[in-house]
Amino acid sequence: MDIYIDVEKCTGCQLCVKACPYGAIEMAGDTASITGACTLCGACVSVCPVQAIIRELPAVEDIDNSDYRGVWVVAEVSDGQLAGVSLELLGKGRELADTLQAPLSAVLVGDDVAGLVVGAAESGADQVYLAEDPALAQYRTGPYTDVLSGLINQHKPEIVLLGATEQGRDLAPRVAARVKTGLTADCTGLEIDEQERLLIQTRPAFGGNIMARIITRNHRPQMATVRPRVMRRLEPVPGREAAVVKVPVAFDEKSILTRIVEIARDEGAEAVNLQDADIIVAGGRGLKKPENFGVIYELAEALGGVVGASRPTVDEGWIPPYHQVGQTGRTVQPKLYIACGISGAVQHLAGMSGADCVVAVNSDPNAAIFDIAHYGIVGDLFEIVPALTEIARQELAQD
Amino acid sequence: MNIIVCIKQVPDTADVRIDPETNTLIREGVPSIINPFDENAIEAALQLKEQHGGQVTVITMGPPQAEGALRQALAMGCDEAILISDRACAGSDTLATSYILSQAIRKIGDYDLIICGKQAFDGDTAQVGPGIAEHLGIPQATYAVDVEVEEQTIHVRRLLAGRFETIEMKLPALLTADKHMNDPRHAGLRGVMQARKKEIPIWSIEEIEADPERCGLLGSPTTVIEIFPPQRSRQSQRLEGDPHEVASQLFAKLRENQIV
Amino acid sequence: MDFSFTEEQREIFAAVQEICAEELKPKADEIDRRGEYPWDNIKLLAELDLFGIPVPPEYGGLGLGFIEWAVVGELLSAACTTTGAVYGAHMLAEYPIMVFGTDEQKQKHLAPLARGEKIGAFGLTEPNAGSDAGAVQTRAELRGDEYILNGSKVFITNGGDAEIYVIIANVAPEMGTRGLTAFIVEKGTEGFSFGKDEEKMAYSALSNRELIFQDARVPQANLLGRERRGFRVAMATLSVGRIGMAIGAVGLAQAAYDAAVAYAPTREQFGQPISEFQAIQFMLADMATGIEAARWLTYSAAWRKDQDLDYEKQAAMAKVFASEMCVDVCNKAVQIHGGYGYSKDYAVERYYREAKLFDIVEGTSQIQRLVIANRLLKEAKSQ
Repeated sequence: MDIYIDVEKCTGCQLCVKACPYGAIEMAGDTASITGACTLCGACVSVCPVQAIIRELPAVEDIDNSDYRGVWVVAEVSDGQLAGVSLELLGKGRELADTLQAPLSAVLVGDDVAGLVVGAAESGADQVYLAEDPALAQYRTGPYTDVLSGLINQHKPEIVLLGATEQGRDLAPRVAARVKTGLTADCTGLEIDEQERLLIQTRPAFGGNIMARIITRNHRPQMATVRPRVMRRLEPVPGREAAVVKVPVAFDEKSILTRIVEIARDEGAEAVNLQDADIIVAGGRGLKKPENFGVIYELAEALGGVVGASRPTVDEGWIPPYHQVGQTGRTVQPKLYIACGISGAVQHLAGMSGADCVVAVNSDPNAAIFDIAHYGIVGDLFEIVPALTEIARQELAQD
Repeated sequence: MNIIVCIKQVPDTADVRIDPETNTLIREGVPSIINPFDENAIEAALQLKEQHGGQVTVITMGPPQAEGALRQALAMGCDEAILISDRACAGSDTLATSYILSQAIRKIGDYDLIICGKQAFDGDTAQVGPGIAEHLGIPQATYAVDVEVEEQTIHVRRLLAGRFETIEMKLPALLTADKHMNDPRHAGLRGVMQARKKEIPIWSIEEIEADPERCGLLGSPTTVIEIFPPQRSRQSQRLEGDPHEVASQLFAKLRENQIV
Repeated sequence: MDFSFTEEQREIFAAVQEICAEELKPKADEIDRRGEYPWDNIKLLAELDLFGIPVPPEYGGLGLGFIEWAVVGELLSAACTTTGAVYGAHMLAEYPIMVFGTDEQKQKHLAPLARGEKIGAFGLTEPNAGSDAGAVQTRAELRGDEYILNGSKVFITNGGDAEIYVIIANVAPEMGTRGLTAFIVEKGTEGFSFGKDEEKMAYSALSNRELIFQDARVPQANLLGRERRGFRVAMATLSVGRIGMAIGAVGLAQAAYDAAVAYAPTREQFGQPISEFQAIQFMLADMATGIEAARWLTYSAAWRKDQDLDYEKQAAMAKVFASEMCVDVCNKAVQIHGGYGYSKDYAVERYYREAKLFDIVEGTSQIQRLVIANRLLKEAKSQ
């Protein structure tokens, strides 16, 4: 496997030099030359107008994966309920399983969680693998990895989906490394290539600047973690039933290398539940002073929303970090996101571009935030935001 | 205690974009930086070293240019740096990368703790840290914000949505550092000057006894089949007028679309 | 002849440049608005080991040269002129201790300055002794094992915030400059207090205080160099200070030029960007040329210093040329910005106010010309 440039064909147009995300192509005289920084990503191959870049991929062996069948959703339990993302995954999983004409299974791991089988069934699962043990009462990487990898090795699903939550992102890579298969993180789109029974996984990279489609060609299962609030859950069908497969598990607590010592509420974050908020009003550097966050709070209160913030305001200590939206803060998907005085650095956009409706208020007409806003208002936020607060108060009071 | 920090050199993502017309990446003038979360990992390691003594070794897998990131880590105060660089590593996905790094860590041998950043800025996968822990068969604590070591036991406070979880693990173990764990120090000029004098060994996959079939493209189950710009072709509508007019226009639109 | 930096120098400057862009520049306007001494930046500079660049490692420094010191000063000044001024004034305490201090004095006073644990200041100027050092009226009298200082100093940069002061006083006023003597005076010394902070045209965050000595008791151990050799200490310190002022002016001018050259293509008048007009282009060309000339003149003075060559003439030339260039460049930068340049919304307004300082302090342009001319005539005579 290698990549090289056919210097006979290369016209020296330099498109590949510009396209390389790793700066691994330089001009050597009149033709391009690939340096050691190359990661074989192939971004250059598709831009070359004369097909002078040749990437030799390892020969695709025809591996028979026909003993791998079925779509699995690893359910996550939060506060004794099936997590929202798990229901969403069952919805998506149902669609994938139907396309593949294969069963959809939920994997339910915990202690005393049998009561959740009904919910999984009503939301789309044909079958539920139920693993219960006191050692599984709280999520811990080790025992959960043991259970899930064991099940995968035994029952051979072709697709395994987890929520891209803290738990899912802790567990999935561990399991994937153990069963030695591919894993795609934080997917926002899943489709099936029916002919090859391949899962085509779409995910953002480079902080949301770039989208990538990824497949796991030869390894099974095809594993992915999926972003919450992207997929649609199904209307539960009351009375829909699923076959329950009880998984025999027995853990010796002494053999488990980790112990949960304490769980403390993060009161600040609880008060600012950005992730589940339907409406977020966020402030940025345009507020100029910490005390000016007042206008943001007022609008958020009038709309029944939560206050978000851009990174510079958090870095400056204007507002606690719980409010930060963006690549290093929280990723949010509200119905309405009102960005006030936020210029729209890509790291910020990466955290909020999934909002259903974005409103931007900014004095700079060229601010990047306007590129992704549904409604853009160029002007002084200190005039516009209070005006909006007033109208929201009046209108919503009438309801 | 001996600590190994795994870092990655990444393009400063703020500057990487796709040209919507040609569908190609624009990376002109994009500088390479240490992945920001990895700076938190380095800082955590240096603080533990200051408390408990020992050595901090920083490793990365990448092209020869990745030496720059290692030098910066040395300038911050890490004792040793090792670059794993081999053409056979090119195209590694997270499974192959975590395998290669785990092999390098096996070769280093003497370690109590491995620290990685929570995730990389370019890929955002957060998969390599747990992958390394799995390959080495050691416990892990992701999203760490605080850590205390006592003898061979480590207590790690993890920042999860809405709660802090403190877990106890036996060393050796692996952590991934959250941004809130600390405020990474700046490399001083003294550090920059000292770092220049240090040798950075370059290890090939042969030297770390890695199976070539498990490295690079060959050892990567996942394949990127396409890259494209995110769809941001939103119908952006500018609202104009005096503040009150604009505010009522907006509110009417939000009402109309049943957003409020 | 080689005009390029070494690889080590490039790495050092890159590290400083990164901090300048990320930490100093974004806060510069706010520092000016708030008018508080920039302690956060000073801590940052200390963390980066920037306060002891030319100080030998055995005294807590990096053992580099004045070239490195100067280029770092240029970068700091371009990012935040106030912080650059603190950095420059700090050297005026470090340098005389480094050159004239005993080993004990260096361990005790130079090392904490070099590590940035303490800030330094230099006190020569008095209400009636600015350009004329011989008119210093602060008296020092030896009584027992202490010198008793009486008098006052004004406009002292870092005054009040600094902990270590190098003070020029006179032990024999009747002998004029030949009575001048240098002392290390620590903040907290009995009889040593601070008067008013000057309100200035710019640099609201920079302290320029009056130092008051009322029977201040300075231990004999703090005599810097020998008695009645203070004039030499002062002149040597001022020469290094001239390099510092020159390079600060270069940095500030660069910032003003960068702002102007970025603004000109974005501003349209008569249907085209103003950068298309020759009148603007000529201004930009003159600005860049002046900066380049001043930069290399200053580097040459610092280089001569590092080579142990006589550099006083070059330092004075650099100071006068760079400071006048800086005033001119900042003036043009405001002009290119038009009405906006006069507005506090644009940094060039601040640059314009800041530039004028360089023309005046540490020897006015007129004094520099005297220094240069004296040298020239002496050289001509000896040939």
